Amino acid sequence: MIGGLFIYNHKGEVLISRVYRDDIGRNAVDAFRVNVIHARQQVRSPVTNIARTSFFHVKRSNIWLAAVTKQNVNAAMVFEFLYKMCDVMAAYFGKISEENIKSNFVLIYELLDEILDFGYPQNSETGALKTFITQQGIKSQHQTKEEQSQITSQVTGQIGWRREGIKYRRNELFLDVLESVNLLMSPQGQVLSAHVSGRVVMKSYLSGMPECKFGMNDKIVIEKQGKGTADETSKSGKQSIAIDDCTFHQCVRLSKFDSERSISFIPPDGEFELMRYRTTKDIILPFRVIPLVREVGRTKLEVKVVIKSNFKPSLLAQKIEVRIPTPLNTSGVQVICMKGKAKYKASENAIVWKIKRMAGMKESQISAEIELLPTNDKKKWARPPISMNFEVPFAPSGLKVRYLKVFEPKLNYSDHDVIKWVRYIGRSGIYETRC
Amino acid sequence: MTDSKYFTTTKKGEIFELKAELNSDKKEKKKEAVKKVIASMTVGKDVSALFPDVVNCMQTDNLELKKLVYLYLMNYAKSQPDMAIMAVNTFVKDCEDPNPLIRALAVRTMGCIRVDKITEYLCEPLRKCLKDEDPYVRKTAAVCVAKLHDINAQLVEDQGFLDTLKDLISDSNPMVVANAVAALSEIAESHPSSNLLDLNPQSINKLLTALNECTEWGQIFILDCLANYTPKDDREAQSICERVTPRLSHANSAVVLSAVKVLMKFMEMLSKDLDYYGTLLKKLAPPLVTLLSAEPELQYVALRNINLIVQKRPEILKHEMKVFFVKYNDPIYVKLEKLDIMIRLASQANIAQVLAELKEYATEVDVDFVRKAVRAIGRCAIKVEQSAERCVSTLLDLIQTKVNYVVQEAIVVIKDIFRKYPNKYESVIATLCENLDSLDEPEARAAMIWIVGEYAERIDNADELLESFLEGFHDESTQVQLQLLTAIVKLFLKKPTETQELVQQVLSLATQDSDNPDLRDRGYIYWRLLSTDPVAAKEVVLAEKPLISEETDLIEPTLLDELICYIGTLASVYHKPPSAFVEGGRGVVHKSLPPRTASSESAESPETAPTGAPPGEQPDVIPAQGDLLGDLLNLDLGPPVSGPPLATSSVQMGAVDLLGGGLDSLMGDEPEGIGGTNFVAPPTAAVPANLGAPIGSGLSDLFDLTSGVGTLSGSYVAPKAVWLPAMKAKGLEISGTFTRQVGSISMDLQLTNKALQVMTDFAIQFNRNSFGLAPAAPLQVHAPLSPNQTVEISLPLSTVGSVMKMEPLNNLQVAVKNNIDVFYFSTLYPLHILFVEDGKMDRQMFLATWKDIPNENEAQFQIRDCPLNAEAASSKLQSSNIFTVAKRNVEGQDMLYQSLKLTNGIWVLAELRIQPGNPSCTLSLKCRAPEVSQHVYQAYETILKN
Repeated sequence: MIGGLFIYNHKGEVLISRVYRDDIGRNAVDAFRVNVIHARQQVRSPVTNIARTSFFHVKRSNIWLAAVTKQNVNAAMVFEFLYKMCDVMAAYFGKISEENIKSNFVLIYELLDEILDFGYPQNSETGALKTFITQQGIKSQHQTKEEQSQITSQVTGQIGWRREGIKYRRNELFLDVLESVNLLMSPQGQVLSAHVSGRVVMKSYLSGMPECKFGMNDKIVIEKQGKGTADETSKSGKQSIAIDDCTFHQCVRLSKFDSERSISFIPPDGEFELMRYRTTKDIILPFRVIPLVREVGRTKLEVKVVIKSNFKPSLLAQKIEVRIPTPLNTSGVQVICMKGKAKYKASENAIVWKIKRMAGMKESQISAEIELLPTNDKKKWARPPISMNFEVPFAPSGLKVRYLKVFEPKLNYSDHDVIKWVRYIGRSGIYETRC
Repeated sequence: MTDSKYFTTTKKGEIFELKAELNSDKKEKKKEAVKKVIASMTVGKDVSALFPDVVNCMQTDNLELKKLVYLYLMNYAKSQPDMAIMAVNTFVKDCEDPNPLIRALAVRTMGCIRVDKITEYLCEPLRKCLKDEDPYVRKTAAVCVAKLHDINAQLVEDQGFLDTLKDLISDSNPMVVANAVAALSEIAESHPSSNLLDLNPQSINKLLTALNECTEWGQIFILDCLANYTPKDDREAQSICERVTPRLSHANSAVVLSAVKVLMKFMEMLSKDLDYYGTLLKKLAPPLVTLLSAEPELQYVALRNINLIVQKRPEILKHEMKVFFVKYNDPIYVKLEKLDIMIRLASQANIAQVLAELKEYATEVDVDFVRKAVRAIGRCAIKVEQSAERCVSTLLDLIQTKVNYVVQEAIVVIKDIFRKYPNKYESVIATLCENLDSLDEPEARAAMIWIVGEYAERIDNADELLESFLEGFHDESTQVQLQLLTAIVKLFLKKPTETQELVQQVLSLATQDSDNPDLRDRGYIYWRLLSTDPVAAKEVVLAEKPLISEETDLIEPTLLDELICYIGTLASVYHKPPSAFVEGGRGVVHKSLPPRTASSESAESPETAPTGAPPGEQPDVIPAQGDLLGDLLNLDLGPPVSGPPLATSSVQMGAVDLLGGGLDSLMGDEPEGIGGTNFVAPPTAAVPANLGAPIGSGLSDLFDLTSGVGTLSGSYVAPKAVWLPAMKAKGLEISGTFTRQVGSISMDLQLTNKALQVMTDFAIQFNRNSFGLAPAAPLQVHAPLSPNQTVEISLPLSTVGSVMKMEPLNNLQVAVKNNIDVFYFSTLYPLHILFVEDGKMDRQMFLATWKDIPNENEAQFQIRDCPLNAEAASSKLQSSNIFTVAKRNVEGQDMLYQSLKLTNGIWVLAELRIQPGNPSCTLSLKCRAPEVSQHVYQAYETILKN
């Protein structure tokens, strides 16, 4: 199990050091600093073995978090824990920075004592932690006995993510379907790989212990239901999507999903990520990039890039940005674009073309002349791919929320009393076209 | 208010000031001071001097302050054990606190204080907390048992905590169950033989129920524990799999990977004809792909595991090639791993896409990545025959880029392609030769020289090319020198007329001017070959080479199976068994996949041969470095292995026409002239192996003699057991046993070379041990051990080495060194080799001693299934130096009173009760050092039963 946990600033100074196991000595702190943070060559693996001691590290801005062990631990668990640790810290004091860590070091030690016992991760849900670890510190005599046992039963309970007795005057929930669409396209316009990774984020402000059921246009479910009425199958069959794989927040009953493919859960209070999913079939690619690069002699390049929007004309895409890489020996660039603004950014070795809004089924174009300094470098320019960023108000996977039903048998509000909001946002993930 | 100010105090006299503040009456000031102390502690300053002052702050109702003091205690208690006792009272009191959070905090902290005296006080509170009404306290107490076990295992057993912990597996609270499982698994790891976890269908059912309810971390503990279970048949395996598969949809990647581990392991037991088997295979692919959208560090862990899974069951991911395509922004460690998996998945169906990708990667920036991509193209050519032509032309394109490292890497892989498809792509040789000058890396130079030598007859200026390399012979690395030597000999055998001078030059360079024994030896071999039988030389040097096969870097199957059992853990990231990086006994239990149940045994397809497939089925691999076969076939593939330079022997060479005669015979039709009148045979002095031979054989004769005598009169000798499997020692297998003959102990070893490479320079050393066993003479292995050769050695031992008590008592840690590496293993020696010949005690003495030794030192054992009568037992034992002092018959039972003495002078007295007609007998042992009793009993048992 995890033998110790260290946090360093960018210079390698220790900010937090907590040792859980006797086999980890004080010198482990220095070993990581010397061999990883100050290493002459950048370390090329997130797992490093120094003198039979293994170090796992992640970086957040310029802060290093390292977990140390001498045993054959579950490596995936250690990284999941480090991410969780970052989430917990962020939930308590915002950005993970040197200043914030120094200002909250007592709190961090308190958290580390709670969420890691002898190197075994314990309940690390912020909702539960915040009930008894606060920045002010609790004086024990101020809690009643009921309060105390409520805390402990929540921390250890089956529904560790929600406390009882939550009350709202207005029961309300928000569902955000957030998708990032990833594409790798060849210069000839052939899709080399494309997939959507999506998340359903829920914000719930519901009273009591509500039992929720979430439904979407999952092909398997629709086909199962459609068996009775053939009409509906043909009607909705078109709109259903094939989900390659999905993962759920720990509140979702996985065995129920496995047997019936229904998504039922008691949600945590406030915001959480209900599910993640991935699709690869029938993806709507919101934009197509058509590059044309011509090398005119040794000192000049001509680049023309056309982008086409491929969705309903009534919808508007936003925050469009096309990034066209330029060679390192670029001396000057002239750009002409039909729409938006384009600029050569020497520090980033790229032409950045920005368009605020663009409707569906439209087309726009940029052309640039790049002048190059003659070099002796024999190595050809690697031609990194042209990448694109955008945001569209629909789900490129085609996912639709069909329902979210809420049942709370103990309190008297019904599914109809809950105000529900659904929103779809499609963003570019890694959206690249080779040129 | 922020706490960051505490980090900035650096002035002198700080400790003094802190002391004053800690003793202040104001609570706020005290708390501030403790915070300052903790901050200094974090930065690495020694604030242990403040121990009493900080501990004084412990008595507080402020929880925050209390936690800070506890943190301090955990850090410094070990260095101040006496003062740490001061804290005990507060702990004990806190364990009774009405607030469960405080009770848990106290028991949690107490377990982290590794001071013996405190541990004693911990037992009672811990016992209460394990049965606390509050689940939060119970789950903390469960982990505390593991902590205590780490400090004092015996105490935990004596206090019966293990049973309480086992009961917690049936606790109503899932988190308590999860922590109990975690604690038990850890404790069980240090007692591999004990059946602590005692997994059976009922307890498995409890775990599977808890799996649905506990936290994500708890699910990991439970799944990791489940993976250690072996279902009794395929039906049980399937039902567990069915209940584990829902975990594949968990958001936590570690839960997913641990579930994959359970499924991969239990799948081994399922019949392939089962529908469920196919369903399960299909279910595994999507979650594995999803892992690749996690954060990069997790992707890396996932990819290292997928690499194993793809080798074990290629069918799972064979359609998922695209997801392993490299993204421009992937961190380099993810890129390199993806590339590896791409090659493994490459097949005729997807090769076009893969090649297009690889070509793209070969133009990237990162040098390592580009090199690997180029190498991958070569591997594709070897793996998918249909693509070979395209691969070669892609490689040629890359050579045209003239990027130095790309060219060199390409040449190295083209050499492999030539070996796989001889006489097919020779047209590219001209292009390769153009780049001769730009090669500056030994591997590329060696590859190029190999190509020139191999195709010397088709390259017009082969002699000129090789001659140009020869100019700087001394500055080349060994790898290149060896290759150059071989290439020129090949050239000479192919075109004898023009190259005679060249070959003489290289032979004399290699034999006279070089300090490298490998090079010299090879030089002499060629020289002798050419001088005695040039036709044979031609047959040897230009022999047909074995084909290389596609899978050049598969993990060895037994290791792969072991690693599959470690999916998700560090072992799967390093691709090494835990014993390679974990110290001590922890976690080094060898795990293996469960065998397929008999009912489901059906025709297996060879690709998924069950564990431990016969070696014949394994694909040939490119011989590893220094491999003998490869050497003779003149393939210098690996980096040079330079041995210790020998003193330059006084080889005097006449500057004569060395090869005149050989040349004639090569040219002539008849091999008559081979008598070699003109040949000067190379001096034999250069063959060091011969020197030691006579002495060596004499010695071994001597040993033969003694061992002959020994078997007649000596004590019982156990059959040889494998102590160091070849897998763990780069091909060296050691098995052995211990003997005692006429007063001398020896260790009979059998060394087997299972590698493809000669082993030399053996040496042995023991770690300090309980009885001071040490080698009395160096390990004598007279001749180098060639592949598949076995040698038996008897190593005399003395008992005058340095002594350290081992656990178990008869544990012996051994290090064996050879020219390849140093290997460690440990073995248990039977205690009877330590029973000395003068171990017979006088009767009176025996009686007195028996009475003198306190009764609590008496230990009683049952020896079952030993149908010997008193006489037979007595004589059997006597030959192993256990002497019968007296014999009595009491109520039909034979009582033997026996004595023995150990090499270190410890006397052991025994009473052996034999009942005629009853196959088991009772042994009572009395000794002043009771810890040896257990081992003496084992000795009795082995002697009597054999």
